[in-house]
Amino acid sequence: MRFYEYESRQIVQCAGIPVSPHGFARTASEARRAAEEIGGPVVIKSQVLTGGRMKAGGVRFADTPDAAEREAAQVLELEINGHMPRGVLVDSRAAVKQEYYAGVTWDGTRKRPVIIFSDEGGIDIEEVEHVGRRHLSNLAPPSEYEAKEAIASVGVTGRALTRLVPIVTRLARLFSDYDMTLAEINPLAELEDGSFVALDAHMDMENEARPRQKALLDALGVGDEETRQAREATEFELAGEAVDAQDHRGVAGNVTEFDGDLGLVIGAGGGSLTLFDAVRAHGGRPANYCEIGGNPSVAKACGLAKLVLSKPGVDKIAVMMSIVSNTRVDIVARGVVKACLELGHDPAEKIAIFRIPGAWEEEGFKILERYGVPYADRSVSLNEAARRAASAV
Amino acid sequence: MSILVDADTTFIVQGITGREAVNLTRECLDYGAGARIVGGVTPGRLGRDVHGVPVFDTVQQAVEHHGAPIDGSVVTVPPAFTRDAVLEAIANGVKLVVIVTERIPRRDVAVMVEFASAHGARIIGPNCLGIIVPDVVKMGGIGGPARDAAKAYTPGPVGVISRSGGMTTEMSSTLSAAGLGQSTAVSIGGDAIIGTTYAELMPLFEADEQTEAIVIYTEPGGRMEAKLSAWVTDNASRLPIVAFMAGRFMDEMPGMSFGHAGTIVEGKEDTATEKITRLQAAGITVAERIEDIPDLVKQGIAARKGATV
Repeated sequence: MRFYEYESRQIVQCAGIPVSPHGFARTASEARRAAEEIGGPVVIKSQVLTGGRMKAGGVRFADTPDAAEREAAQVLELEINGHMPRGVLVDSRAAVKQEYYAGVTWDGTRKRPVIIFSDEGGIDIEEVEHVGRRHLSNLAPPSEYEAKEAIASVGVTGRALTRLVPIVTRLARLFSDYDMTLAEINPLAELEDGSFVALDAHMDMENEARPRQKALLDALGVGDEETRQAREATEFELAGEAVDAQDHRGVAGNVTEFDGDLGLVIGAGGGSLTLFDAVRAHGGRPANYCEIGGNPSVAKACGLAKLVLSKPGVDKIAVMMSIVSNTRVDIVARGVVKACLELGHDPAEKIAIFRIPGAWEEEGFKILERYGVPYADRSVSLNEAARRAASAV
Repeated sequence: MSILVDADTTFIVQGITGREAVNLTRECLDYGAGARIVGGVTPGRLGRDVHGVPVFDTVQQAVEHHGAPIDGSVVTVPPAFTRDAVLEAIANGVKLVVIVTERIPRRDVAVMVEFASAHGARIIGPNCLGIIVPDVVKMGGIGGPARDAAKAYTPGPVGVISRSGGMTTEMSSTLSAAGLGQSTAVSIGGDAIIGTTYAELMPLFEADEQTEAIVIYTEPGGRMEAKLSAWVTDNASRLPIVAFMAGRFMDEMPGMSFGHAGTIVEGKEDTATEKITRLQAAGITVAERIEDIPDLVKQGIAARKGATV
């Protein structure tokens, strides 16, 4: 999950890294007050969870509180990549001598965190050639010498080096302490007076760590309902989460909305990916992505099928999984048939195909036969099942 | 032969009294020659038994009871307790840990993996179904109940490596139906950081005389396919590889994760399109459909045999 810049700055500041004087404002008049408090020229920055703010006009300059209020009013109305800003950050305009880049992220190949440092800050790190990298051990907390090696490797020495070491070490520690997948300060600025401040910060935290990072999330006021996905959750998707949350048995959810007419009740993880591709390859237009697995209850399978069947524009559903080991075929069969009946539909009409082979399949197929639902066993491939589903609507 | 496990492998199940773990224990005991599960561990449950397997409070007690080092452990404890359970197993001499648990933060996985490598141990998973040697032994929930596993898996020349547990069985079943059995099938897990990747399993399959070809299931996200491509090229592998790439639709949706935690596309190299290009550049055949895999494997094996004659 991604943090807003104003939250990222709070995280950085709490870790003992100096930031430039700034304020967060939800309205233009709040922005004016923030500008008055800071005094002097300010930068107004849109608070959105997407990149490309500068290009989109989401970063403006203002010399006076009046101008700050005016610019903020415009930025607050500006949608960027489909995201409306949550507010604006009013930042002081510091006299910068030199900009650096400091980041910590995972190197999945080496299975270790890596410090990335450059003396060319302010631009996309992917475009920078002069970069120092230092991998960290997972078995000990980040140590100052590791940060020092990253910084010194790009030729930084003297007072700049000794001042940068504690900042980059703290960044590496917060990366680890808060289960970040990216902790980035860009630019990290050296001011004319020789001091260092973070002028921007970008933090991404691992979703899986949300339960144990509750203290941080509470401090920032981030509630459980904020998914912070790349695309904001739709009502349909939130309803899918509610279905999955009704009990702890297995998974029947992870719904993503698409605008097609074929409802999908598919699983498990890899099977869902394979089936979604296959439906599209055969010209099918999925109304949704979802996942079932881990032996969900009848109620959950039924809830998911009902949700998908009730989506406007959905004509039929296809119920398909890769061969199941622990999910029971009969339970899913019972769930989806029940969903049709409860909504007043004929299961034989509404279920384009049921292709789930594996545990308890004989029992499952019996249920489907009773209701005349077209089904297939493992001799019918995922691809062929997807073809039948796509041609049924 | 097989890789990682055989009929003599001893292992424990950590978290053995959980609902899924009880099923998993039954399945492993019933499959093939019957797994040598020498104990289970659930703190506070010393003295109980699960399908005849004695339960202990600590791994240390299990090792003492067994009277010899224990080869492996299947870890099925909740995510918040997994790191500790894995460190406990490794500290007590276990060399092969299969982590079934999903939703473990990356930092914990990285700690476990580094600790394992410092102790000469190997981790499979997390978020995986384990390892199966057809008709011989299974370690983990892979293939499900013994009767179901026997329907999908048959002994033969193909090594299977998959980021999806379910697709390990789907692909193996397709191979079996076409008369191609498996030497060993490994569900390596769907997370961003996993204990053992394709490239890290390749030397084992390379050294296994039974294995004549490799089939992999892969997804967008991460760089482990690039690593496999590099390994194949650098080591002039004797094994033809057929890959299946799922999740091609995700290329249009950067930053979103589907199916497994590890599937998020964070950069151009993570996309399905880019991965397919890299795999093909290393001479790996990419199948368009699962049902095409058996013929591609047969062609690959025939081509290698032709080349060595």
